[in-house]
Amino acid sequence: MSLLDLLALDFMQRAMLAALLTGLAAPAIGTFLVQRRLALLGDGIGHVAVTGVALGLLTGTSPTWTAVVVAILGAVAIEVIREQGHTNGDVALALLFYGGLAGGVLVTGLAGQGAASLQAYLFGSVTSISGADVWFTLGLAVVVLAVTLGLLPQLFAVASDPDFAQVAGVRVRAYNLLVAVLAAVTVTVAMRTVGLLLVSALMVVPVAASQQLARSFRATIVGAMAVGGGAAVAGLLISAALSLLPSRPTVAPGPAIVLLALAMFAATWPLGVWLRHRRRVLAPFAAEEPVRHEPADIHPHQHGDDCGHPAVQHGDHVDYVHDGHRHAPHGEHYDEH
Amino acid sequence: MLNVLGTPVVEADRVTVAIAGRPVLRGVDVTIREGEFVALLGANGSGKSTLVRALTGLRPLTSGRVRLFGTPLHDFREHARIGFVPQRATAAGGVPASVREVVASGRLTRRTPLRPASRADRRAVQDALELVGLADRAHEGVSTLSGGQQQRVLIARALAGDPELFFLDEPTAGVDLPNQQALAGALRTLSERGATVVLVAHELGPMEPLVDRAVVMRDGRVAYDGAPLSLDAVHGHHHPFETTHDHAPHVGSPLDRLEGGR
Ligand SMILES: [Zn+2]
Ligand SMILES: [Zn+2]
Ligand SMILES: [Zn+2]
Ligand SMILES: [Zn+2]
Repeated sequence: MSLLDLLALDFMQRAMLAALLTGLAAPAIGTFLVQRRLALLGDGIGHVAVTGVALGLLTGTSPTWTAVVVAILGAVAIEVIREQGHTNGDVALALLFYGGLAGGVLVTGLAGQGAASLQAYLFGSVTSISGADVWFTLGLAVVVLAVTLGLLPQLFAVASDPDFAQVAGVRVRAYNLLVAVLAAVTVTVAMRTVGLLLVSALMVVPVAASQQLARSFRATIVGAMAVGGGAAVAGLLISAALSLLPSRPTVAPGPAIVLLALAMFAATWPLGVWLRHRRRVLAPFAAEEPVRHEPADIHPHQHGDDCGHPAVQHGDHVDYVHDGHRHAPHGEHYDEH
Repeated sequence: MLNVLGTPVVEADRVTVAIAGRPVLRGVDVTIREGEFVALLGANGSGKSTLVRALTGLRPLTSGRVRLFGTPLHDFREHARIGFVPQRATAAGGVPASVREVVASGRLTRRTPLRPASRADRRAVQDALELVGLADRAHEGVSTLSGGQQQRVLIARALAGDPELFFLDEPTAGVDLPNQQALAGALRTLSERGATVVLVAHELGPMEPLVDRAVVMRDGRVAYDGAPLSLDAVHGHHHPFETTHDHAPHVGSPLDRLEGGR
């Protein structure tokens, strides 16, 4: 069977649609988590959701449904702990994470299911996606995208300056809870493709790649969605293509998706470093008058447009940055500014 | 006193605030009237920032009452009438944001969720950017601006909602002189339009001629409330009541508002 034959299969097309929507939704909500410096919230919810999956396996209900419920409960608990601002909030979160993971593995064992059935949820699995799952994933991903993009101005205000947002009458606590719930739903949506243990990467890594180049919040979120959607679809294809090799390796889609997103970060990062360095070097000097008139020492070099020294705005003129000095042209000589 | 006939806009009645069990404000009584430009002065830890946080509802009161525009703070819902400029540390988050995006969030007091920004919203954002002189920087990342410019962005954000009452928490802290002058220019325009301004400051600098009234906090209480004094007096040295009130007569300002007001 060739890759093209594989692509013609129903389940493969379903899986690609699910991966695309997951790749769009996870970074959209992830942008707000990064803005609030809660990049690991998705990871915590993912761990808690393992218990949800296990409860589904134990009771014979759809693990997707039980995972949504438990993930939302976990996300609300994490948000409440965070908001209370306990000094040991970190530890409380860690207890929740590990409790969720350990509970999940234990309950799966009780259900008489092996590690293999849990593995599909931990690292994703294309073949395990049923038709019903796809509609579920689609529905939830569309809800997450619609709410996130529709409430973008409010969510941005709350994430970037909660004090200001509260005085402006935006219900900060309600929006923070909404973000936690949306993150929980996203985790469940992404469970089938990237898996619970790597979902946080799909929420955070595309944002990290996008913010290297973006100057605005909107550009960051759009760029992150592009990176996430691209990595999710391409990663799924890579994992499918590898399964066609003669040795028949089974590569879960999750690791392929995450490694692709990391590769995109690795590609944008040096560019971001260079852009930030340039911006810092060329940032205008405070428009204060020089303390006194002080001509530079003997100065054979002529500063100009492309003389190789950064020309930095200083009030109504430019200073050339030259060996740690700031040289401003003054008649026939240069002044120290 | 000036503006004796103005409507009270902010009324603090025996306001007491305790943080982690320690009283930070003790029985503070202040009434601020429409159109006043009030400076809240005092040393670090005197309670001046806490007072502003109590007046804006960010800090719960241990006892006492606050009314804004005659409504108890608890029931106050007309958020669009208030513009808040917090201390600058909160300007940049983990993700880049453009100057225009930050200023646009000041418009949220007047916007309905899930509705796109109207033409009036965009106009107000543009006007606010122009008033603080940053219209040409609208698309740049906030974090690439200098501290003083970031402070002007936060003032533009408060302006965008078109409020009547401004609370500014230390807008001049760590800001270079030209940016302080730009800030003072923007505040002068606001004040002339009839806005009420409550400004927390350590030093007034170029804002000094704008101030109608100084409230000096010391150790959680109001130590002085009246015409602005020179800075020496604020810091507790000699010549306490040398009121040099050399700027434009303020008796005119209530009349100005009758014709030119909002
Ligand atoms: Zn040169
Ligand atoms: Zn210069
Ligand atoms: Zn030189
Ligand atoms: Zn010279």
